[in-house]
Amino acid sequence: MEPVYPKKNVKLLKVIKNRTINDNYYVLEIQADHNVNDILPGQFVSLLVEDTRNVFLRRPISIYDVHPERNSIDLLIQIVGEGTRLLSYLKPDDTVDVLYPLGKSYSILESEKKALLIGGGVGVAPLLYLAKKLKANNVDVHILLGGRGAKNIIETENFKQYGKLYISTEDASVGEKGFVTQHPVLQYADFDRIYTCGPDAMMRAVASIAAKNNIDCEVSLENMMACGIGACLCCVTPTESGHQCVCTDGPVFNTKVLQWN
Amino acid sequence: MNTAVKIGSLEFKNPVMTASGTFGYGPEFEDFIDINRLGGIVVKGTTLHHREGNAYPRMAETSSGMLNAVGLQNKGVDVFCNEIYHKIKHYDTNIFVNVSGSTVEEYVETAERINELEYISGIELNISCPNVKEGGMAFGTSCPSAIAVTHAVREVYKKTMVVKLSPNVTNIVDIAKAVQDVGADGVSLINTLLAMAINAETRKSVLSTITGGLSGPAIKPIALRMVWQVAQAVDIPIMGIGGIMNATDAIEFMLAGATTIQVGTANFIDPTVSMKIVDGIEDYMIRHKIGDINDLIGGMLV
Repeated sequence: MEPVYPKKNVKLLKVIKNRTINDNYYVLEIQADHNVNDILPGQFVSLLVEDTRNVFLRRPISIYDVHPERNSIDLLIQIVGEGTRLLSYLKPDDTVDVLYPLGKSYSILESEKKALLIGGGVGVAPLLYLAKKLKANNVDVHILLGGRGAKNIIETENFKQYGKLYISTEDASVGEKGFVTQHPVLQYADFDRIYTCGPDAMMRAVASIAAKNNIDCEVSLENMMACGIGACLCCVTPTESGHQCVCTDGPVFNTKVLQWN
Repeated sequence: MNTAVKIGSLEFKNPVMTASGTFGYGPEFEDFIDINRLGGIVVKGTTLHHREGNAYPRMAETSSGMLNAVGLQNKGVDVFCNEIYHKIKHYDTNIFVNVSGSTVEEYVETAERINELEYISGIELNISCPNVKEGGMAFGTSCPSAIAVTHAVREVYKKTMVVKLSPNVTNIVDIAKAVQDVGADGVSLINTLLAMAINAETRKSVLSTITGGLSGPAIKPIALRMVWQVAQAVDIPIMGIGGIMNATDAIEFMLAGATTIQVGTANFIDPTVSMKIVDGIEDYMIRHKIGDINDLIGGMLV
């Protein structure tokens, strides 16, 4: 059944906190203007970057966590270019123009089922709120985080709250050595669903392992977007029903509908 | 205060429209704005047959603008008439369908279908899409082909017909005059400028199609110049398009000679921008003691 998505809005919102994780990553906490309980895991926001000639379009950012007690949302952001660098300068009490909440969510497994969440780099962002929702639904949650090295493995304490944590790095600086797809947890193919977000190549590899083992798999895509609301048709991905917009038909897709070849 | 303008016999409650390909069909913006407050909307380019458009990536961000190479992705005129139309026909605003095709026959057949739809105010004949291999811009870059398609569609389409012109020509005035002579009720300009982007790190083209169409404030001065040139040369009204981000930009296009304006790329950055432009034009009229918006059209002081 299709979940009920909250109405989209565009608003100037206040920054509550800007927490630096390391040189590359930070978490912005934003004061929401409508009930954050309606926001579903996998949804995203789009932020306006002001006062710059080179950043013309908004920057789509995954919702990392929501805090119903203070009606705020957390955004985990990696500095990848000028837009995300300029946003990293936001301070408490600054305002930021937010278009949200956007996109379709991950689907939540029924209780007693077993889920594996696989995140690569900043792709871990939508998985924390997902893990929280899964745990609240009494799902057995396993989380595998991967990256090039220790610097790319972030927020592990936060993830540990919601499930059993596994780590792999390509340089073996922390956890198992290698790609996430080589991690031993994937040998136990008894998961009811794999949820993943990260670099395209990683998600494709995860999807192919899931398919081989007949495990349902949901991925969150990060195609370049202009509008974020299904108007420009720029962020499309090929699916069994033709080109679909990642911003409105996704960003979460079940891999069985994607035409990845 | 009068904010109403006319194109042919068709009245617009105000000059603010949204441009084809930047506003979906309207429902995409219902969470953000009251569409009924707009003078008009131009829905996504529609072709006779379903089109999947070009491969991803179809978009590149550039300084003060963006490139797109969507390639007229749409479900075809039948799906428009049978499904989409029924979701938007209640809008209390002028709905234009942007019509495109690979051949004159496709344009004609698509326009014939749209002609049957009671609540569609008019068509915008798209002879200027730079992102399709056949048809599209090819029709809009020479006078004989622009005349051929405009004349043929005029024969079958009875309501307001505006022709959307390409800036990728030696002299846009010649094309504007040519389509006026074969019965266009108005012209809209400009479509996107043919452009490209390269990623120096990967040494690859950013767009799958290599070239695409540039839009946004980067093109505004060119669009303004073309609107002004065409306004000097034709008697039919102009819909001004090109990098309009706010009410001041909209006023500038009207001063250059546009009767209505279309907000395009700005919708991507602020989905409420068209409402701000409606309000901002009224504020300008109050500030400048202008009772009738028609006094602004072509009102640049020289």
